[in-house]
Amino acid sequence: MSTFESVIGLEVHVELSTRSKMFCGCRNQFGAEPNTHVCPVCLGMPGSLPVINRRAVEYLCKTGMALGCDVAPHSKFDRKNYFYPDMPKNYQISQYDMPLTSGGAVTLSSGKRVRLNRIHLEEDTGKNIHEGGRMTEAAATLVDFNRAGVPLMEIVSEPEIATPQEAEEYLGALKAVLSFIGVSDVKMHEGSLRCDANVSVRPVGASELGTKTEIKNMNSFKAVGAALASEIARQIALAQDGQRIVQETRGWDDARGTTYSMRSKEQAHDYRYFPDPDLVPLSLDAATLAAWKSELPELPAQRRERFVSQYGLPDYDAGVLTENRADADYFEAAASASGDPKRVSNWLMGDVRKALETHDLTLTTTKMRPEQLAALIRMVAAGEITGKSAKTVCDTMVAEGGDPQAIVAAQGLGQVSDASVIGGIVDRVLSANQDSVAAYRSGKSKALEFIVGQVMRESRGKANVDVVKALLKERLG
Amino acid sequence: MSDNGKLTVPGAPTGHALRDAIAAKQRTAEEITRDALSAIERLEPQLRAYITMLPDRAIAKARDVDRRIARGEQVGSLAGIPTAVKDIFCVRDAVTTAGSKILERFVAPYSATVVEKLDAADAIIVGKTNMDEFAMGSSCENSAFFPTHNPWDTTRVPGGSSGGSASTVGSGAVALALGTDTGGSIREPASFCNIVGVKPTYGRVSRYGMIAFASSLDQAGPMTTDVRDAADLLEAIAGWDPMDSTSVDVPVPRYADALRTDLSSVRLGIVREFEESIAGDAAMAQLYKAAYADLAALGATFVDVSLPHAKYGLATYYLIAPAECSSNLARYDGVRYGLRKNGSGDVFSMFEQTRAAGFGPEVKRRIILGTYALCSGYYDAYYVRAQKVRTLMKQDFDAAFAACDAIACPAVSCPPFPLGAKSQDPVAMYLMDYFTIPMSLAGIPALSVPAGYVNDLPVGLQICAPIFEEARMLGIAHAYEQATQHARRRTPAAAATA
Repeated sequence: MSTFESVIGLEVHVELSTRSKMFCGCRNQFGAEPNTHVCPVCLGMPGSLPVINRRAVEYLCKTGMALGCDVAPHSKFDRKNYFYPDMPKNYQISQYDMPLTSGGAVTLSSGKRVRLNRIHLEEDTGKNIHEGGRMTEAAATLVDFNRAGVPLMEIVSEPEIATPQEAEEYLGALKAVLSFIGVSDVKMHEGSLRCDANVSVRPVGASELGTKTEIKNMNSFKAVGAALASEIARQIALAQDGQRIVQETRGWDDARGTTYSMRSKEQAHDYRYFPDPDLVPLSLDAATLAAWKSELPELPAQRRERFVSQYGLPDYDAGVLTENRADADYFEAAASASGDPKRVSNWLMGDVRKALETHDLTLTTTKMRPEQLAALIRMVAAGEITGKSAKTVCDTMVAEGGDPQAIVAAQGLGQVSDASVIGGIVDRVLSANQDSVAAYRSGKSKALEFIVGQVMRESRGKANVDVVKALLKERLG
Repeated sequence: MSDNGKLTVPGAPTGHALRDAIAAKQRTAEEITRDALSAIERLEPQLRAYITMLPDRAIAKARDVDRRIARGEQVGSLAGIPTAVKDIFCVRDAVTTAGSKILERFVAPYSATVVEKLDAADAIIVGKTNMDEFAMGSSCENSAFFPTHNPWDTTRVPGGSSGGSASTVGSGAVALALGTDTGGSIREPASFCNIVGVKPTYGRVSRYGMIAFASSLDQAGPMTTDVRDAADLLEAIAGWDPMDSTSVDVPVPRYADALRTDLSSVRLGIVREFEESIAGDAAMAQLYKAAYADLAALGATFVDVSLPHAKYGLATYYLIAPAECSSNLARYDGVRYGLRKNGSGDVFSMFEQTRAAGFGPEVKRRIILGTYALCSGYYDAYYVRAQKVRTLMKQDFDAAFAACDAIACPAVSCPPFPLGAKSQDPVAMYLMDYFTIPMSLAGIPALSVPAGYVNDLPVGLQICAPIFEEARMLGIAHAYEQATQHARRRTPAAAATA
């Protein structure tokens, strides 16, 4: 029995965060009341015409430049014809044979380059809301056209991704780049980043590609990984059993953890692509392209390297801190305010991350400003507060914001270093824990740690641990 | 009023005459508007030129114009002139049908750019005119509602697709109308109704708010009593529109300044292939020979030119236009507006039932033709090839215009035909556009101006010019019109009541 390997290609749809839609002046905004950001153009009213949003073209070209693609000075828009109730014109304006970019690559942390086939620009559809089941069975279907006409870029990879893990990594790396150049919100749960996967299997070492299936309906990077793993296992089982793999589109059922057949190739549409006669071909002059290129910010890979070389961060930490631009900017602001980049990194990787998760926040949504985090770190270093109290203050700051000094004062968390105050606690603890004292004296050094812990507990974490240790040494000889 | 089916309003004035009368305070816009509305009302039983009348809008606008004139304020270039608009243009809050059942109750939520320009020029929009469904037809018989009749003979068609606009201007009820031309839909009905009809350069006039038939060919244009009115109306509606990417940012000249009365030093091209074609009809050939003689008498010289690919015009057009229409008309699905039929089944059967009930046979025929032409496997052989022929046709005209300033040629192959004569034979109907399609495919401006009569029925002369040379084209037409006065002819009955 031969062993199999998987071959994966990803099609990633990214909504661009332009102010207005792709072909009209309506606001491009997620989460508004249904059908409030609509006009004759994005509703496909009789007689309406599209006009290309230059900013969307710019965003796509910048993405292409950041990923090393060739940007086409001449491209065009085509109509992709099919009927669907969420599509106002029953055709989607897209790009067929002259996409805005070709080539390029996404580099994984292993250094592997997954090459890109193309990136093209199109318009998003509206959203169907089915009342009572799927569209074909629903009692009624409501359509929200706020999303109709939102600029969408489709990033198509070559089939060069080997494993579900690589697929997740590819998406992470892509998301980081998009976040850095600021062209999209890249929120998979809001649908501003969506992913379809093409996957096939073949005997290890074979050069021909096997029959592929396309998987849809994956709502997170994890779901992409899980769906691919499930589908690869299904295909390998079929192949090992000598059965034929059918070329089809399959949906991912997250709850059941399996893919299911949506439609076969025989049911595939003939989209009848042809150049959109409402739009003139798009030409980009060299000066415009050069200007856009010069506006590109430092990209995640470059910044990651700089965090390692400039701040001495471990490569892993630098990678995490450069997953998106806001986090990286936050780190650099706090690092410069505190003068201690390594400690800032440790806090961001540790206690801050924990607090953000607890309160369901991010570094963008928390009220804690980078200089406030830096102030907290300085207070710990200066011995004004214990490390333990600092965790509590950090949690408060993440949730509510505020000046760490004020929080310490309000919560009475200031560090106590007064030997006469701490001495009293030490004496009480020693007399209450004679067993441990005896154990320590008989050579069990671990007993001392227990006693230190008891003193800290009695002081509600405020005692200066160095003073505690010095006093214990004195008392216990 | 009526004699042998001939219908005209006695002594129907031109738009510029009405405007001058208002400016001189001899008449008010409201009086003129009421006259137009009552003339239409009188003629409608026989002509059926309108799908929707807009009397309240018209009177309100006329009063507004009168108020501003009374206050001594500046008014627009078409102030107070009753104007009809083909029902293919969206007029905010007005029913806009494109002659189709599928839009029978569609109230437009916005106005077409050209409608806004008419409003800005203070024209008085009186109603929306009948047309072949989605502008597909050459006789107005493909209207989903009723056919329109020719004011020169009510047993005959007014031409199409802008048949309602041609009929109402031809009857003299209004001086100005807007039409649209995709393969001849302004020029052929203008010829049939003895008026001036102008198809501007593709991109000269905004298409925003004009319901699309074939996007790369559709163009709005004036249909008027005389060339002077056409010049003024074109000037009012032309120009770049940020809402239409295919409109072109070329300055709009004062077309009235280009109107001339002689043709000295004008070189006119006579198309060899067209002359060979028209020669088969002695009466028509005779009419055009006389027209060329009149042009020569004005000082024009003639050059023999050739359009070798013109013979492929119909075949090319009937691939490109249906292909585009099959996609343009996909939006009529019953989801957001217009007719909805959902007796049973799911949303896809709703699409099918809505479109089956909403579209007429000619529209369905063209959707099927176009869908076929765009299918993978046929696309290269049909659509791509047709686009290449289109390029060749442009090159034909480029070569022709290297030798001449403008082309004079037949607008039509026959005078208006009786209702029903061609409605069972689509190809015979398609052939009506034989002389007008090449200019549409090339995107160049062309017009039809009254050129005389065959069997007492009007026939138009076509003049076309290089892109954006509408001024030159209108100038030539004006000289010819002023010298010949073909449109001045009235029926005996009309003359008697004048």
